[in-house]
Amino acid sequence: MVNLIWVLLASVGIIFAAFNGTMEEVNQAIFSTLDEAVMITLSLAGVLVFWLGLMKIAEEAGLLRGLAALFRPFVQKIFPDIPKDDPAMGYILSNMTANMFGLGNAATPMGLKAMKELKRLSGSDKASRSMITFLAINTSSLTLIPTTVIAIRMKYGSVAPTSIVGATIIATIISTCAALLIDRFFHYRRTRMLNHD
Amino acid sequence: MISIWFIPGIILLVLAMATWKRVPAYEVFVEGSKEGIQIAISLLPFLLGMMVSIAIFQASGAMGAILKVFEPLMQAIGVPEEILPLAFIRPISGTAALSMTTELIRTFGPDSLIGQLASTMQGSTDTTLYIITVYFGAVGIKRMGDALKVGLLADLVGIIAAIVVVFILFQ
Repeated sequence: MVNLIWVLLASVGIIFAAFNGTMEEVNQAIFSTLDEAVMITLSLAGVLVFWLGLMKIAEEAGLLRGLAALFRPFVQKIFPDIPKDDPAMGYILSNMTANMFGLGNAATPMGLKAMKELKRLSGSDKASRSMITFLAINTSSLTLIPTTVIAIRMKYGSVAPTSIVGATIIATIISTCAALLIDRFFHYRRTRMLNHD
Repeated sequence: MISIWFIPGIILLVLAMATWKRVPAYEVFVEGSKEGIQIAISLLPFLLGMMVSIAIFQASGAMGAILKVFEPLMQAIGVPEEILPLAFIRPISGTAALSMTTELIRTFGPDSLIGQLASTMQGSTDTTLYIITVYFGAVGIKRMGDALKVGLLADLVGIIAAIVVVFILFQ
């Protein structure tokens, strides 16, 4: 599906540009995006190196295990395939916690590390059930305090910059619950199809 | 303002715990950090490939043309059509969505209906395509299973939820 989307976005874009007279813009976009991708990777490298180092200390000091133990009953239900005391659980929880508080640049390194741990558990190049669930939670966003949005609202003179926090929390809860339900639905569909074989 | 205390606070907590548990903090830090470089480098091809494709689609004007098709539908259900491009771009490109949100807030004011809608949408869903590309790319997952379908469907629910909640709370 990703292959299809990738090919479609680029080829539809190029063909459209041919009729629309925007080939110039497309050319510019291609080369400025190359720079942008390298810049994003570089700045990600910085946060990755820092946070993975710090989280390694947290892991060795037993903080991640503590965090995992605290939320175990709840998270075990969402990720039934992960063994009880696995470090993957600690990284998943740190990612979720960082996300909730709007610490996006701390959340990504922990999420990537969690994915590595999940890959160690599954040992295949196919997305495992836990990986799909973890991504579903992340893509639906867990933000409780949208710090960036509040900052923009303040900048443009809002009388109540934080008025959208309530609405954001409700919408986030709905979208995350929906993500989990949709994920379960696809999981059961997959297992049903396997049983039919 | 509490948020500026957060990250230094976490760092202090981790270092204090490490000292208490007699973990050689600096050595462990360096050991864990190395993994970060490796992840970042393996990420670049995935990220760059996806970003170029999206950039072509946007710059050609194809994105805008698709949105035009949906405008009448939005008008019919009473949702301001100005919000539609944001709803579409949010799962695809984080930077584009953020600049769009900023533009909407600047133009219509943060406390207008459109301003509230844009703010809530921006906060309550995330950039699905980016997350999937980066997370699967970093660990070399080739077959993504249902991840994209699940993510995009959840985005759709999230966008609708944002619109409904804002209408209930602010109208």
